Amino acid sequence: MAEMKTITPPLRHEDVADLKVGDAVHITGVIYTARDAAHKRLVELIDAGEKLPLDFEGQIIYYAGPTPAKPGKVIGSVGPTTSGRMDPYAPKLLEQGLKGMIGKGIRGSNVVEAMKKWKAVYFAATGGAAALIAKSVVSVEIVAYEDLGAEAIRKLEVKNFPAIVVQDTYGGNLYEEGVRQYRKTDAE
Amino acid sequence: MREIPTEKITDEVMRLCIEANTLLGQDVLQAFHTFRDKEESPLGQEILDQLIENARIAADEEVPICQDTGFAVIFIELGQEVRLIGEGLEAAVNEGVRRGYTEGYLRKSIVRDPLNRVNTGDNTPAILYTNIVPGDRIKITIAPKGGGSENMSRIKMLKPADGAEGVKDFVIETVQLAGSNPCPPIILGVGIGGTFDKCAQLAKKALLRELGTSHPDPFYADMEKELLEKVNALGIGPQGLGGRTTALGVLIETYPCHIASLPAAVNIQCHVARHKSVVI
Repeated sequence: MAEMKTITPPLRHEDVADLKVGDAVHITGVIYTARDAAHKRLVELIDAGEKLPLDFEGQIIYYAGPTPAKPGKVIGSVGPTTSGRMDPYAPKLLEQGLKGMIGKGIRGSNVVEAMKKWKAVYFAATGGAAALIAKSVVSVEIVAYEDLGAEAIRKLEVKNFPAIVVQDTYGGNLYEEGVRQYRKTDAE
Repeated sequence: MREIPTEKITDEVMRLCIEANTLLGQDVLQAFHTFRDKEESPLGQEILDQLIENARIAADEEVPICQDTGFAVIFIELGQEVRLIGEGLEAAVNEGVRRGYTEGYLRKSIVRDPLNRVNTGDNTPAILYTNIVPGDRIKITIAPKGGGSENMSRIKMLKPADGAEGVKDFVIETVQLAGSNPCPPIILGVGIGGTFDKCAQLAKKALLRELGTSHPDPFYADMEKELLEKVNALGIGPQGLGGRTTALGVLIETYPCHIASLPAAVNIQCHVARHKSVVI
């Protein structure tokens, strides 16, 4: 594995340009959780020309909805959800300046094009490793849509959050490259 | 008749909801280690190590293995010599789910209406399957099912002429289409036969079998083995990032079917394969 890079949002164009498929990164700083229901509301606001509850310029969204925190803990388990469900919404947030997305699973061509156009990167976290990932969360604050419960937008302060660059601004795609490498030729 | 208060069912359902979500089965843990040793991709090995470590943290700290603590899918085998005392069975089960998910700090992932989508707030209702069986006992099995892998599941009404090859092609195509989405390594529950609805249920029920066991019929045991090899030759690997470990097991359940039909269903289960049972 390549040397670990540490990145801290807000990300600038040059930070994103520096990230390439296969890079293992530690994210330290602030990221925001949002999943299906929050994305729907955000895009409705964008379409109506209204103000968003937070400024996404340079930020990273983590597609996740945590379990409730047990007493004495800052957060429950918090692994990534399937990113593809956010594909219908993601390009509009990238246009708002969003620079990174963390989730699991491959993205659609509409997102790939928007990532190239607006210069953004897509990271994978390990799906199902939710108790392990929770260890990197230092603090949590709900910043919008509290009524959505697990789907509310949360501001997470993270330290050494482990992720891998899986789709970059150059059209690189670790899902396709990785599978090509290990697929047995007679597999059908 | 043996009398059992339904309160007892509520208590057991509550306990099992929490236990299933925090304590990964030994069969799955064993499979992580077995496949870790065979995995060729360094990134794949690292992901499997993370899953082993994650299961350890969840068990030690009694926190959920995965944030998606699932739809509470519950199977009850009710002995016909049991007389239930108290509130209705379904209400008792849902009360157990409500308490388990609330008091166990599990995520509430159920919306009341599929299109209006307002969260029920307590993870109810459960999906409840009841079977009346001989005897005076009740067996309760809880299998919380995550949405990501469920979404990648498929069913197809094949032609009888498609035969075993048709079923195998459908299973492999389903894994291929699912790709990185259902959190591989996955486990495949495969239903063959029955009706449209029965077939899907067979696929779900198949997932209750322990990993590492084979179908009792050698014909289907061979098919499970062949499918596992073929699926793991696809190269999808842990998290879909390439590797040998796409699936940890293939589990088949069959049922008689109509002379005109050959239904096949694939219920995809992520590596957080949870199921716990109790006999009252």
